[in-house]
Amino acid sequence: MSARDDILGRVRAALADVSPAVSVPAAPRAPDRGDLVALFDERIADYRAVVTRCTRTGLEEAVAAALGGARAVVPPGLGLEVAGAVVDDGLSAAELDAIDAVITRAAVGIAETGTIVLDHQPDQGRRAISLVPDLHVCIVDASQVVADVPDAIALLDPARPLTWISGPSATSDIELDRVEGVHGPRTLHVLLVE
Amino acid sequence: MSGTFVGMPAFPTAARAALGDTQLRSNLAHATHTIRDKRAAVVAEVEEWEELRLAGAGVKEAALRDLATHLETLEASLTRAGATVHWARDAAEACAIVAQVAHSHGVDEVVKVKSMATGEIGLNEALEAEGIAAWETDLAELIVQLGEDLPSHILVPAIHRNRAEVREIFLRRMGDVGRPAPADLTDEPAVLAGAAREHLREKFLRAKVAVSGANFAVADTGTLVVVESEGNGRMCLTLPEVLVSVVGIEKVVATWGDLDPMLRLLPRSSTGERMNPYTSTWSGVTPGDGPQEVHVVLLDNGRTRALADDVGRQALRCIRCSACLNVCPVYERVGGHAYGSVYPGPIGAILNPLLNGVSDEQTASLPYASSLCGACFEVCPVRIDIPSVLVDQRAQVVDSHRGDRIPKAEAVAMKAAAWTFSDARRLGLAERASGLAGRVMGRFSRTTLPGGRTAAGRLPGPAAGWTGARDLPAPPKESFREWWARTDGGTHDDQDESGTTKGGGS
Ligand code: SF4
Repeated sequence: MSARDDILGRVRAALADVSPAVSVPAAPRAPDRGDLVALFDERIADYRAVVTRCTRTGLEEAVAAALGGARAVVPPGLGLEVAGAVVDDGLSAAELDAIDAVITRAAVGIAETGTIVLDHQPDQGRRAISLVPDLHVCIVDASQVVADVPDAIALLDPARPLTWISGPSATSDIELDRVEGVHGPRTLHVLLVE
Repeated sequence: MSGTFVGMPAFPTAARAALGDTQLRSNLAHATHTIRDKRAAVVAEVEEWEELRLAGAGVKEAALRDLATHLETLEASLTRAGATVHWARDAAEACAIVAQVAHSHGVDEVVKVKSMATGEIGLNEALEAEGIAAWETDLAELIVQLGEDLPSHILVPAIHRNRAEVREIFLRRMGDVGRPAPADLTDEPAVLAGAAREHLREKFLRAKVAVSGANFAVADTGTLVVVESEGNGRMCLTLPEVLVSVVGIEKVVATWGDLDPMLRLLPRSSTGERMNPYTSTWSGVTPGDGPQEVHVVLLDNGRTRALADDVGRQALRCIRCSACLNVCPVYERVGGHAYGSVYPGPIGAILNPLLNGVSDEQTASLPYASSLCGACFEVCPVRIDIPSVLVDQRAQVVDSHRGDRIPKAEAVAMKAAAWTFSDARRLGLAERASGLAGRVMGRFSRTTLPGGRTAAGRLPGPAAGWTGARDLPAPPKESFREWWARTDGGTHDDQDESGTTKGGGS
């Protein structure tokens, strides 16, 4: 018998007397938090990420300021002129390692948890570009901010690879002392556009 | 190879050794109290927490009760998304599949994301025997691997090491396996983390094959989920050409929407954060993005055994958050190694016997590694009633030793305890009896516990099985009940019969 059939057979035998029907209580909703954009801003900042609020017309200037002259890679569909940036056309991991920063957009922002979700569409690029460079500048439109995790899950497409980001990379593995910045970008700079 | 560390002594013996290690105890007390407080703060923020726990338990319970259907759905979804699905009855089969994938690409190394399942099956050792080096990339796992040590906590496997020890391990060992630590390395956590970043980056950039586990596997969409903090997970899941994920069959949830209660429950329970820094989800292969060859190994290794246990089945709901470890008074004192498995603490005390049976002495001792205080159930995000499972497992240990000519000491001790605790009057009598024993033992005691309290060493007779592994604190000469009766609740003079005034606390 194949391992597959064997395991499925054992599962069925183990549950022979167990009814598969069980009522699953609906996950509760958090109470209304009022101004979601303000909450999103505050909760991201709690992770020691940098948040800058700007207007649509001030975005180019805000990006330049966030980069501070760092050499950046951008996804092909960013939809924004960034002076001196390299457009990703399948750069190798080693090539990405030589670049200081990346600029992406996002798919969703979650206010309750201060989370940004990337679904790696052309305005965000493939997963590697927002991972290897040390500074991630992420542009989130205020209209993309939802209240909580269930709202994000309802909007996101599971067929796409997703990266949920809550602050810069961090570890608490040594004496539970939180240190920002291990393997992912050590600085996360969110530009919140209104 | 099962989930237990080979050659590990039974819990009582290992616990005794751990209790004598004051460095270990202070590292642990500091660490568990820190996470415990963080968890309590972020859980208190969520008004609907109890309803969320019910929803989380419901999602996992529903998935388990119809597991065969969900596994078939998962297999079909994964295959549709371009992944290759393998099934492994046990550790040996799972390790062989991973080794075969690595061999087919001609590699002599793989990078690994921290995964309990691969620890459970002893994958690193199995790959090493095949000439393949498995590099752990989680900081704590790296500390454990370089220190040639064993993990002692689900979330923070190197919780038993302090910063000075980590610095020493990095200086001594990093150069043997790759980029050495800088000579001027200090013991600042940020500096140590920086050294790990430099050391591992060259491995991430050149690795062809990565191995991961998964926190959740979504049946209807074929999506795997990895929850992490450092970005080492993202590196492994994104940069290599080939990805193999070893996933226990109990990781299944039915639908994409089921991730909602789980992703709200796990980070707050685990690291005490509103959300962990990184969560990655992927469904098979995405052209032009990430690994273009994706394998998923669905692992049984005792899970169907646990599934058949009516009381114990609920342990398969576990999402490995480690909250139960951090609140457990037994874990806090003895640490993770005493449990002899990658699954320590309260969950380990039930999961190891459920996965492996209780025929060997090491596993049979685990259901006794608890005071049944119930703190683990209170914090469990999926409401696993660990105390009830412990009690049921104890009964199974006793049953499995019924044929023994000499009754197991634990069986005798626990039966006596159950009889005593069931009746307040008997408890009063027993306390008085142990007070008498305390006066006798105090005179002959050979050991002093920290704080100067005398301790009994090994006792003769029926208690030998218990004290052979514990420095039993000598019972106080007067029990609390006796003191209360004599002093009318402390309103009379507080002198005991030896004439010394009692100090407060301790
Ligand atoms: S038993 Fe519950 S509290 Fe313990 S690790 Fe598992 S999910 Fe967390």
